[in-house]
Amino acid sequence: MIPKTLTEAKEGVKYTPSEKDKVEVKHKLSDDKIQKIREICESYNNDQGEIINILHETQSTFGYLPAEVQEVIACVLGVSAAHVYGIVTFYSFFTMKPKGEHPISVCMGTACYVRGAEKVLDELKKELKIGVGETTPDKKFSISCLRCVGACGLAPVVMVGEKVYGRVSPDGVKKILDEYK
Amino acid sequence: MEKIKLTIDNKEVQVEKGATILEAARKAGIEIPTLCHMELHNMNIENKPGGCRICVVEVQGRRNLAPSCITEATDGMVIRTNSTRVLNARTTVMKLIVSDHPFDCLVCAKSGDCELQTLAKQFGIRDIPYMGEKSTYRKDTSPSIIRDVDKCIMCRRCEMMCNEVQTVGALNAVNRGFMSVVAPAFEMDLIDSPCTYCGQCVAVCPTGALSEVNHTSEVLRALSDLNKTVVVQTAPSVRAALGEEFGLAPGTLVTGKMAAALRRLGFDYVFDTDFAADLTIMEEGTELLGRLKAHLAGDKNVKLPILTSCCPGWVNFFEHNFPDLLDVPSTAKSPQQMFGAIAKTYFADKIGVNRKDLIVVSVMPCLAKKYECQRDEFKVDGNPDVDYSMTTRELAQFIKQANIDFHDLPDEDFDTPLGESTGAAIIFGNTGGVIEAACRTAYEVFTGKSLDKIEFHELRGIEGIRSATIDFDGLPINIGIAHGLGNARKLLDEVRAGRSKYHAIEIMACPGGCIGGAGQPFHHGHSEILAARAKAIYSEDEQKVIRKSHENPYIKKLYDEFLGAPGSEKAHELLHIHYYDKSDEITIHH
Repeated sequence: MIPKTLTEAKEGVKYTPSEKDKVEVKHKLSDDKIQKIREICESYNNDQGEIINILHETQSTFGYLPAEVQEVIACVLGVSAAHVYGIVTFYSFFTMKPKGEHPISVCMGTACYVRGAEKVLDELKKELKIGVGETTPDKKFSISCLRCVGACGLAPVVMVGEKVYGRVSPDGVKKILDEYK
Repeated sequence: MEKIKLTIDNKEVQVEKGATILEAARKAGIEIPTLCHMELHNMNIENKPGGCRICVVEVQGRRNLAPSCITEATDGMVIRTNSTRVLNARTTVMKLIVSDHPFDCLVCAKSGDCELQTLAKQFGIRDIPYMGEKSTYRKDTSPSIIRDVDKCIMCRRCEMMCNEVQTVGALNAVNRGFMSVVAPAFEMDLIDSPCTYCGQCVAVCPTGALSEVNHTSEVLRALSDLNKTVVVQTAPSVRAALGEEFGLAPGTLVTGKMAAALRRLGFDYVFDTDFAADLTIMEEGTELLGRLKAHLAGDKNVKLPILTSCCPGWVNFFEHNFPDLLDVPSTAKSPQQMFGAIAKTYFADKIGVNRKDLIVVSVMPCLAKKYECQRDEFKVDGNPDVDYSMTTRELAQFIKQANIDFHDLPDEDFDTPLGESTGAAIIFGNTGGVIEAACRTAYEVFTGKSLDKIEFHELRGIEGIRSATIDFDGLPINIGIAHGLGNARKLLDEVRAGRSKYHAIEIMACPGGCIGGAGQPFHHGHSEILAARAKAIYSEDEQKVIRKSHENPYIKKLYDEFLGAPGSEKAHELLHIHYYDKSDEITIHH
């Protein structure tokens, strides 16, 4: 990764995706996307203290918060990109990867956990061949975990999009997924 | 100010209301151990996240132990800093921290200077009972700085320096819990980030998580190559700090011993960056006067203020953050690079050596200089003007490695011609020094009169931003000075907005100037060390017979024999550069 010359450093320090803990920074955003982000920031008076609300709204607009979106937010608010990235990586709600068309959330709250949520999660991972925080190659499903959706009586609970499934067993996972295939 | 009284370890102490327990204890002469806490007193630099819990104390009537660095002292408090409960808690905290730290002290760059190691020794840690998982992360090497995050204890000092003091914003804590690391945005490498290589993160890191790229072995190899002529140059502030590495009191000048040590290490010529500092004044001063005269003549296109350009961390900062102002700073190269350019032309010709067989080594208080000497603009056909840049710390280590008894060395002089310098050059090491040196020369050249008083005390001090008006024989010249990049940003914002009142601005990236550079012996939060170095620099200036750059006879000779006049075509070719836009981030105009 260390460039031999400064020209190399200036022009082409490419990210090597093989290093798995690195996030690829893609090309710059289109003007209308930048405009949209600016509008969101403007609605919070470009206030640095509102950054979490701004990130929330931006994520609900774009579905996720890729590096270039964070860079634009940093630039508009006058904070460093490292600061924005620090917040995005701190809160598990924020995601830098696009979610699937049908985002699946598995409740790992205490009630769901003791009633076998982990086994349900394992089955989902096995069935979709992806891990938590990942999206299937066909962009149809993604898996995430959350803490308590307030339906402890139905534990264990799985949500697909906005729809809640209660008393899910590992055997029932396939049936749920089939509804969306 | 309201005073309060409290008792610490049976000692009564009176402090101002609002002081922390730690501050009160220090006033009572009780040194509570700290780790994440760091303060540079009088410089507005403080890190106290209250995170490490090493500094806990027992407060009578309080249920839990109190972190002394963030707990306010109150009237009548009774505190124990060394009860069994406190010592046990500190030891446990220490063992927990060390349980997620590599045990490679023998080969660690920070060994002997590591605050974690020092505390482990102080606490008598002999075993780590908590053998859990250790966090691991990839290493990141840049031209100046190495990040080895496995050794990070999340004290956040680097983050504070990078964001609050320097406003560079390269480093931030990312991720959560056990996975937390301090890293650039998107966990990119430093070289891709807006890092300026000022190295202030390295200067405050308590462990080996951040360290400099070491060039000692390359220098050693060059010295043992019989086909190479190796010359060395030493920056002004090195002589005011090197002695600390050998146990001498801060502020001890070791100019003569340093020259002697370098000769014993085998350098063929021991020269001084101060010579090039005098040369910088000739070039930068001429540029200042040129712009000033054009401005006075009514030229609307002339750029004022002129900004100094000696500091490579600062150059990186404006290239990243102020690409619209690239024509404002002086085009004069830094003294390190001026020296290299002259050594590999004028001096190489004089001794009849091909530039490829001449190796130029610099000893600098700085990490950004390592990056600077690798810049393409400072190479001729791929051959750099300065081959290797070492820090003060690396030189000290090299002297020790070569079993040279530093204390026993005689005081020796630098070699000529590139070792002769004036008092104006030595003060480059302090904040305000470059502009004072420039004023000494610019005043005399501009007015044609001799200065009554050589010192410009109004330009000295430790305030982050200072300003003074110098009387150029009836013409008021407004001078601005900033040290620390956050302060520089404030002055630059004024320039960008067209509100700056200054004719000239001096900027140094490091707090205190080069004496506080990231390549200097570690200050471990003791700002009195920086003050002692600054004093030493001014005293060396006072001892010099010649104290104005334009009176340096070897500089005059260099212009007569080689360059012509300051600002000549030849001088421009060798001693000036242009700057580049490095802001690859998206720029949005409000």
